[in-house]
Amino acid sequence: MDESTLSPRDFDSHPAYVHPPYRSSILRGPTLPLIPLKEKLRDQRAPVYGTDDLGPLDHDLTRNAARNGEPLGERIIVTGRVLDVGGKPVRNTLVEIWQANAAGRYVHKADQHDAPLDPNFLGAGRCITDNEGRYRFLTIKPGAYPWGNHTNAWRPNHIHFSLFGEYFGSRLVTQMYFPGDPLLALDPIFQGTPEQARDRLISRFSIDTTQESYALGYEFDIVLRGPNQTPTER
Amino acid sequence: MALKETPSQTVGPYFAYGLCPQQYDFDLKSLFTPELVSPETAGEHIMLVGHVYDGEGNIVFDAMLEFSQVDANGEYPNSRARVAETGFRGMARVGTGTDPQHRYVVRTIKPGRAQPDEAPHLNVVVTMRGLLTHAFTRVYFDDEAAANAADPVLASVPAARRGTLIAKRTEQNGNVIYRFDIHMQGDQETVFFDV
Repeated sequence: MDESTLSPRDFDSHPAYVHPPYRSSILRGPTLPLIPLKEKLRDQRAPVYGTDDLGPLDHDLTRNAARNGEPLGERIIVTGRVLDVGGKPVRNTLVEIWQANAAGRYVHKADQHDAPLDPNFLGAGRCITDNEGRYRFLTIKPGAYPWGNHTNAWRPNHIHFSLFGEYFGSRLVTQMYFPGDPLLALDPIFQGTPEQARDRLISRFSIDTTQESYALGYEFDIVLRGPNQTPTER
Repeated sequence: MALKETPSQTVGPYFAYGLCPQQYDFDLKSLFTPELVSPETAGEHIMLVGHVYDGEGNIVFDAMLEFSQVDANGEYPNSRARVAETGFRGMARVGTGTDPQHRYVVRTIKPGRAQPDEAPHLNVVVTMRGLLTHAFTRVYFDDEAAANAADPVLASVPAARRGTLIAKRTEQNGNVIYRFDIHMQGDQETVFFDV
């Protein structure tokens, strides 16, 4: 294990750094080629954290910021497995999420969209995967919201995800979308993803995950880089 | 490979209350903070400070950076018990949105050598609105010239660009401050790695 390396980053799965329809990328995406850095896994440490660092309601966004009632909106369950490219479950790994409220408004102070804040909703959560690599959140379906990228630009409903996996190089920051959203075809961030990889960002409605008389269920599996099968020399 | 990677998407402008809540004064405990160490951690205590610039030299006020490093003995923390014992967390996370000058400010110690042939350095994850996939870079130190000259990763970088990876030491009021700016584009574009 010590001498092995991480599976190479599959650049055909990820957006290019500069995707001009997404205006903010034009001046912020690196333009020079990346320098290869093939560290051994012994030098690729994910941060140390544990379940003790999390609060008991961190996975339940419908309750973790409640002040005087329940947040407004459609309750949903969002669950899935974190796997590596070899198909192995990524256990005990941190999953952090954040999102807009049901009206399409973020708590962040920079969000000036004229939609109401919800006094009972923060929109942030985190959990640690179980032995099958499974995570599970209870939340409110996020609303769409306008942004300044182009005329009449609206972001599709989405939940932001942040994961480390087992290694520094398996870091992933991404967004989960919802099936059938008409805004996906118009969104330059989603469309900046290589076409053959876009479907991997869309969650799947699941009647099995749906909880009767309580909340709709969506499944979203996440695949991270993992150890290379064959050791290589540095 | 059996499975394909989940694509990256931008962290967007509104990450603060989810990823850096305490730094931005939201009512949620931060799992990672701009303090990579505790005051009692062994080693030379330093501050790492800098700006992130876009391709026109504008200061990026909504970037988020993560820094990972070994302790003064060259060891990564391997358990929460070890972190509790030494105060060395090994990882810092910081946004550029709270400092009045929109700098990032990290408190840490000078790292040791992770491997005998490697110069002291930090590993960095760079994310921000406008960056569809995070970028990896490294911070080396300008007072480690001999170690830097022997470092195999620095040697793999074209000589003209190595300077973008090297933090500059200053001392103010007895504090050691290393300055490390990140240029996303332009003449001084920082070296980013395919880790």
